[in-house]
Amino acid sequence: MSVFTPDSLALLLAATLNAGTVLGLAAMGLLINERSGVVNLGAEGLMLVAAIAGFATGVNTGSDTLAFLAGAAAGALLAAVFGVLVIWLNTNQYATGLALSLFGAGLSAFAGIRYTQEKLPERPNFAIPYLSDIPFVGPALFKQHPLVYLAIAFTAALAWFLYRSRAGLILRAVGESPESAHALGYPVRRIRLMAVMGGGALCGLAGAYLSVVYTPLWVEGMVAGKGWIALALTTFATWRPVRVLLGAYLFGGVTMLQFQLQGQGIQIPSQLLTMLPYLATIVVLVLISRNPTWIRVNMPASLGKPFHPGS
Amino acid sequence: MFKLEARAQPSRLLMVGSPVIALLITVLVGSLLFVALGKNPVDGLRMFFYEPIKNVYSLTELTIKATPLVLIALGLAVCFRANLWNIGAEGQFVLGAICGGWVAMQATPDTGRWIVAAVLVAGMLGGMAWAGIVALLRDRFNASEILVSLMLVYVAEMLLSYLVYGPWKDPQGYNFPQTITFLDPARIPKIVSGFRMNIGVYIALAAVVAFTIFLSRTYAGFQLQVGGLAPAAARYAGFSSRRALWTGLLISGGMAGLAGALDAAGPQGQLTPFVPMGYGFAAIIVAFVGRLNPVGIVFSALLMSMFYIGGELAQSRLGLPKALTGVFQGLLLFCLLACDTFIHQRLRWVSK
Repeated sequence: MSVFTPDSLALLLAATLNAGTVLGLAAMGLLINERSGVVNLGAEGLMLVAAIAGFATGVNTGSDTLAFLAGAAAGALLAAVFGVLVIWLNTNQYATGLALSLFGAGLSAFAGIRYTQEKLPERPNFAIPYLSDIPFVGPALFKQHPLVYLAIAFTAALAWFLYRSRAGLILRAVGESPESAHALGYPVRRIRLMAVMGGGALCGLAGAYLSVVYTPLWVEGMVAGKGWIALALTTFATWRPVRVLLGAYLFGGVTMLQFQLQGQGIQIPSQLLTMLPYLATIVVLVLISRNPTWIRVNMPASLGKPFHPGS
Repeated sequence: MFKLEARAQPSRLLMVGSPVIALLITVLVGSLLFVALGKNPVDGLRMFFYEPIKNVYSLTELTIKATPLVLIALGLAVCFRANLWNIGAEGQFVLGAICGGWVAMQATPDTGRWIVAAVLVAGMLGGMAWAGIVALLRDRFNASEILVSLMLVYVAEMLLSYLVYGPWKDPQGYNFPQTITFLDPARIPKIVSGFRMNIGVYIALAAVVAFTIFLSRTYAGFQLQVGGLAPAAARYAGFSSRRALWTGLLISGGMAGLAGALDAAGPQGQLTPFVPMGYGFAAIIVAFVGRLNPVGIVFSALLMSMFYIGGELAQSRLGLPKALTGVFQGLLLFCLLACDTFIHQRLRWVSK
């Protein structure tokens, strides 16, 4: 018996794109964040709070758009708190990010109690006319939620922004050498805060997508490490947008493969399959980090270091 | 506008006062939260700050939670001082519970009490092995200890879940995901009958003394901390950063594993999927709030245990979600980090 039929393979591809979108959006946010020189270990917490904010909004208003906006706003708001602490008060970025992760886990569980039994209104299936009728390719690629395509467009836009626009150049300058950017008269701390909030909004969008479209349910702790995997993805992709998205699809695929294998009735305990994405993260991290110069050349030079203007 | 400027001398008052101020802010925000939930804030705060310490029984219950927190946080303090970010203590705790639990399951009714020591050692080794993976991958391949240790938390939880749903499931357990209840010889001895408090308290206190000595009186402890504070100076002095890496991670892994074994063979008495209770993450907060200082850690662990018990009481008596605990814990760390800024800096009004 063959494990994969064309139909199941198409479904696997579709699910991969779907799962990759969650990781890709979050990792893209963290990439913007880190390009400005700030590491946000709070991604997991941001995504959790945004997931419940988005889900609650979705349940109460029935609107996906409002749910996504609520998630992004929640993410940006929490990220702003983090940003003010690390950028103006110069608190340790690692410790503050961890605090955000722990706080976000608590806050989301607390706020989500009332929503554990709730369901979102049924939404029509998305399908791009004509294209979705193509055999195999249609169900695999053209029946996704619009945000999946938006994420791809956003990746291209972000790549253009970073490497082809003046604002992107300034953002990178702030991350590479805040002192130089400061000497040139750029408001380093304000730029960093904007990057952190923008990153938070994208993590928030990813969290909302997770609870509103992907699952769609609210379960305590449902982000289940995706925030951390997204953090690892920025390193894997050496802080480049297109590679981040490809990496996200790869990891989305690994996550989906486990469900596929379970569905095929393969005799592997489900817990061992659930480990796969986490183990894969470790393996890829090891492979990428093995070459220290490769990381050092690509990493924003001031990543994780505080900046005091005028000192 | 206000401007932050460096103080000539760090403020001694704030060094001691900042955790207190952070706690006050947390309490204030917590009260607002109770009001927002339509509860009397005095009732709410009572659950967190009075009920857990009102009598001897409550105090002994407090030690059940504080013991693992102290043990894990001591190990983490060593790591954090060496600038190693082991945030996967939760996973090391779980491995400690698994390994300690395996030894405990081997006990027969006639086994001697020595097996308790074997349970604890096994737990410690389990935690060390799990943290050793992190150290190995960082040492050999330069992989971020933050991400690896965190990923291993999920792997450890899945491993535990696999064991209790699969090969280790109690055949007489009505198909519940749990191991057999450990036999009496393998259970951690209680100090006074009728109370759940066990000898873990003594172990934790001994560890506090040992870590105080290690950090402030030994050459190895000194080397580790120089490496964290001034890596260039440590290199110049010839202190090995690799040895610091291994020492820090193995110590913290061992402590988390010990805590896991104590918890599994102590209050839990068997392995279930609910062994990981977030102690490994809460201990990060404990370590910071306790200033990475062994004695400070004891106080912050007691405080954090009050949050745990307060959350449980708020749920059972006021019908509030237990997740309040996490909110309080996270808030406290946030406030503390912000307050600590003002030890070395102050706000001054500058007219533009």
